[in-house]
Amino acid sequence: MPARKSEVLQGTLDLLVLKTLDSMGPLHGFGIALRIQQVSEDLLQLNQGTLYPALLRLEQRGWIASKWGVSENNRKAKFYSLTRAGRRQLNEESESWDRMSAMINRVLKAT
Amino acid sequence: MRELFRTFLQRLVALFRRRQLEHDLDEELRSHLRMAVELNLRKGMSAEDARREALRSFGGVEQTKENYRDQRGLPMIETTLQDLRFGLRMLRRSPGFSALAILCLTLGIGANAAVFSWVEGILFRPYPAVAHQEQLLALTGTARGESGPTGLSWPDLLDLQRSCTLFDSFIVTKIMGTSLSIGDRAEVTTGSIVSANYFDAIGVHPILGRGFEPGEDSGRNAHPVTVISYQLWKGRFKGDPQIIGKTQRLNNVVHTIVGVTPEGFYGTFVGWAMQFWVPASMEENFEAGGYKLEDRGARWIESYVRLKPGVTLSQAQQEISAVAKRLEADYPDTNRGRGIKLWPLWQTPFNNANTLLPTLEIMLAVVVFVLLIACANVGNLLLVRSFARRHEMTVRLAIGAGRGRLLKQLLTEGLILSAFGAAGGLLVAYWCRHALVLLFPARGGVAMHLPGEIDWRVLALSAGVCLLATLLLGLVPAMQTGKIDLAGALKSDSAGVVGGGGRAWVRSGLVVMQVSLSFVLLVGAGLLLQSLQKIRNTSPGFSTRNVLDSAVNLVPAGYDAQRAQSFQDELLQRVKSLPGVESAAFARMTPLSYGSFSSTTIAVDGYQPPPEEQPMVQYNEVGPDYFVTMGIPLVSGREFSRADDEKAALAAVVNETMAAQYWRGKNPIGDRVQVKGRWMQVVGLAKDSKYESVRETSKPFFYVPLRQNFSRGAHLFIRTPLSQVTMATALAREVHAIDGNLALYEVVTLQEQVDRSTSPQQVAVTLVGVLGGLALLLAAIGLYGVMSYAVSQSTRELGLRMALGAGASNLLRLVLARGLALTAGGVLLGASVALGLTRLLGNLLYKVSPRDPLAFGSAFVVMTIAALAACFLPAWRATRTDPARALRE
Repeated sequence: MPARKSEVLQGTLDLLVLKTLDSMGPLHGFGIALRIQQVSEDLLQLNQGTLYPALLRLEQRGWIASKWGVSENNRKAKFYSLTRAGRRQLNEESESWDRMSAMINRVLKAT
Repeated sequence: MRELFRTFLQRLVALFRRRQLEHDLDEELRSHLRMAVELNLRKGMSAEDARREALRSFGGVEQTKENYRDQRGLPMIETTLQDLRFGLRMLRRSPGFSALAILCLTLGIGANAAVFSWVEGILFRPYPAVAHQEQLLALTGTARGESGPTGLSWPDLLDLQRSCTLFDSFIVTKIMGTSLSIGDRAEVTTGSIVSANYFDAIGVHPILGRGFEPGEDSGRNAHPVTVISYQLWKGRFKGDPQIIGKTQRLNNVVHTIVGVTPEGFYGTFVGWAMQFWVPASMEENFEAGGYKLEDRGARWIESYVRLKPGVTLSQAQQEISAVAKRLEADYPDTNRGRGIKLWPLWQTPFNNANTLLPTLEIMLAVVVFVLLIACANVGNLLLVRSFARRHEMTVRLAIGAGRGRLLKQLLTEGLILSAFGAAGGLLVAYWCRHALVLLFPARGGVAMHLPGEIDWRVLALSAGVCLLATLLLGLVPAMQTGKIDLAGALKSDSAGVVGGGGRAWVRSGLVVMQVSLSFVLLVGAGLLLQSLQKIRNTSPGFSTRNVLDSAVNLVPAGYDAQRAQSFQDELLQRVKSLPGVESAAFARMTPLSYGSFSSTTIAVDGYQPPPEEQPMVQYNEVGPDYFVTMGIPLVSGREFSRADDEKAALAAVVNETMAAQYWRGKNPIGDRVQVKGRWMQVVGLAKDSKYESVRETSKPFFYVPLRQNFSRGAHLFIRTPLSQVTMATALAREVHAIDGNLALYEVVTLQEQVDRSTSPQQVAVTLVGVLGGLALLLAAIGLYGVMSYAVSQSTRELGLRMALGAGASNLLRLVLARGLALTAGGVLLGASVALGLTRLLGNLLYKVSPRDPLAFGSAFVVMTIAALAACFLPAWRATRTDPARALRE
């Protein structure tokens, strides 16, 4: 079966960003994009630009925080990190994601 | 929920930090791309490829920024601000257009706001200082067989108070003119006789001293106390902080000042500002007709009630009617055929709310017309401009603006215009809030008090009008954008033909509407003017020229009947011997004045009244020479003489209608009539005249000798060719020569008396006339605008016509004919609308048919002249077209 790239589902991008920040610690936008692509083994097709409105949305909700800093190769960059509310949100969302996917799996297998 | 709120806050904050945030965004994206390029270079791509690859995987940078911005701020608000800024810039760019549009809207919205404020201040919230006016109702008596309301008697009111459960309070208030002694002068001023609960019941708390205490309204002349108004305190007493406990002579009786009302409280009588209040126990001192607190037949009270919360008018009326029925049964002598009626405040029958109600109702319709005309004008201006802006709109559509977005922009521009118009309009309303008073003739130097009230309800209504105007204005360009055809974007506009083309159709339609609306107003003004003339020309049945009326109230000076009689005799003697006086007479009441005639049930020999009906007739108490002095002709018999005094047989003079009704046309002289249980002999038959209103139809009326029915508050009538001023000086001198303590009421001619009684008609005519003129002006401006635009757009056609040999007069005729065709269309439409609408003038019309051809004809003439004037300049300009230039262009 050929590796077809999938579009990022609406709403799952938030979950991916939160999870990335949770496992990687503070990271800039480019880093987050790279990481998501790596982990999904390039199967996710992500316009990196779409990340930024999502980051802003998460920040406005108070789930992540941002701070200007310096990158590994001495570039000025904005670093995002998970807040406590963000961690709580991540737990809730991954649980509901698990429930949802389990349910969908059951439905798919049943027929 | 908390997150939504947080998001909103952050977005709101972002609106104000746009520059900084924009900079941050640039920085962040740039750093992202740089890192991506570096990574690609390290992977071994060429510089060119590294950059291309970075941009590819990023997606569109500008698109990202746009999405980011939408997420960051509040796009709705941002585009609105943008629209506002742009709209203001557009207005600044064409100041002439903006000024004209805003002026039109100011007039339109201002007229609405002013009338709203009058309706609010006169009909709905007439007493701003009074708490919970919505629970107040007016209360009057009714009498079977009489159309108008009557007063109430004090004992009836006490019974109502005892028996009714749905009311918080019954409030008595009776307006009166009174002489106020200041030093050795006496001045006439207005005050109220009130029940002791008055101030508590209306929720007005004196700023100094107290209101009246329970019980102060009982006991004959027992409580000579008064509460004075803030204006009186500030003016006459110079704001004396020690005023409480000081005394003031009112009608020559010393009253102790016990309170001062707060600023802004003018009493509870629409039309006049009260200067002081006295408790009902002092009634005798201020009212003619003696002590009335124990007389169930004396119906002199004007009253309000305050309903308990949640009680409706009909429930309250039911309870009141039940009590009235019981009183009718208990006291048949005084109460047979008598009812009691509640009125909403805006229908209060005993003050100027009642006289102004029909006028204000008409005005509400008239100002809507004016607003529509103003909107049509501005709409036309917008149309012309939107034509000029078609290119801009097309380009905007072409580069991807949605039609909705474009519409929003145009509506915003309309909103800016109407918001400026509304602000100007409120200013107009504010200036006009006291304007109604100016339309009434002043009485005795006391100005009327009819303030407009600009409160939140008026503001809300004006805002509503403003929004309505915005929508109307937005409709015009909206139709425009709907029609824009992108394909034809850059096609040049072909010059139109005078009066041709699709867009001209809309503009012409608007002008036709304007003309028709102002035609309706002109017809209305014409009808009212004619009614006023008819009223003015109606003979009141007595001489209005060379007869003066004044009065000296002897009650306050402490005169008893006997002293008053000798005073009247002496004054009459002195006045008659003044040079220039032809005759003089006393009478209790002046016809067509505010007071009320005595009325009585009568019985006539040989006349059998229908069952269940008591014939009620009004009468006046008049002295010798009254008919000569007033110029009321006697058909037969004689008038009263000095011989008709207390010792003589009781006599009466009846009018023709009374004779026709009760004697069935037989000469009544020598017959008897029973008045209040006493039989009187009819000695004279007088011609009918007007008694309470010039507009009344003839009604039965009779006269009795003043001496046999004495009143100390009688008016003096003097027939003389001398001027009012000369006579007033002489009269004052004679009065003072007899008794220096007496105050003379103002001296008026009977003509002035008649004019006062017709002032509501005059006010209606003036208001409708002014607004009709305004509407005509606006319509003429609209016509002028459309015609000059049409001419300016068709120079090529005009030039061609000229080149083909059309002379100046042909072109003049061409343009004028086009303008007049529009006018004719408007007049036709207006005439058909007017035929349906003028009926609504109803009661304001007097002896004029709502379809009066003269009014329609003169409106047509005025409209045509205005249209010719408006079209002439554009037509003249058309004749100046230079054919060579026009064809070259």
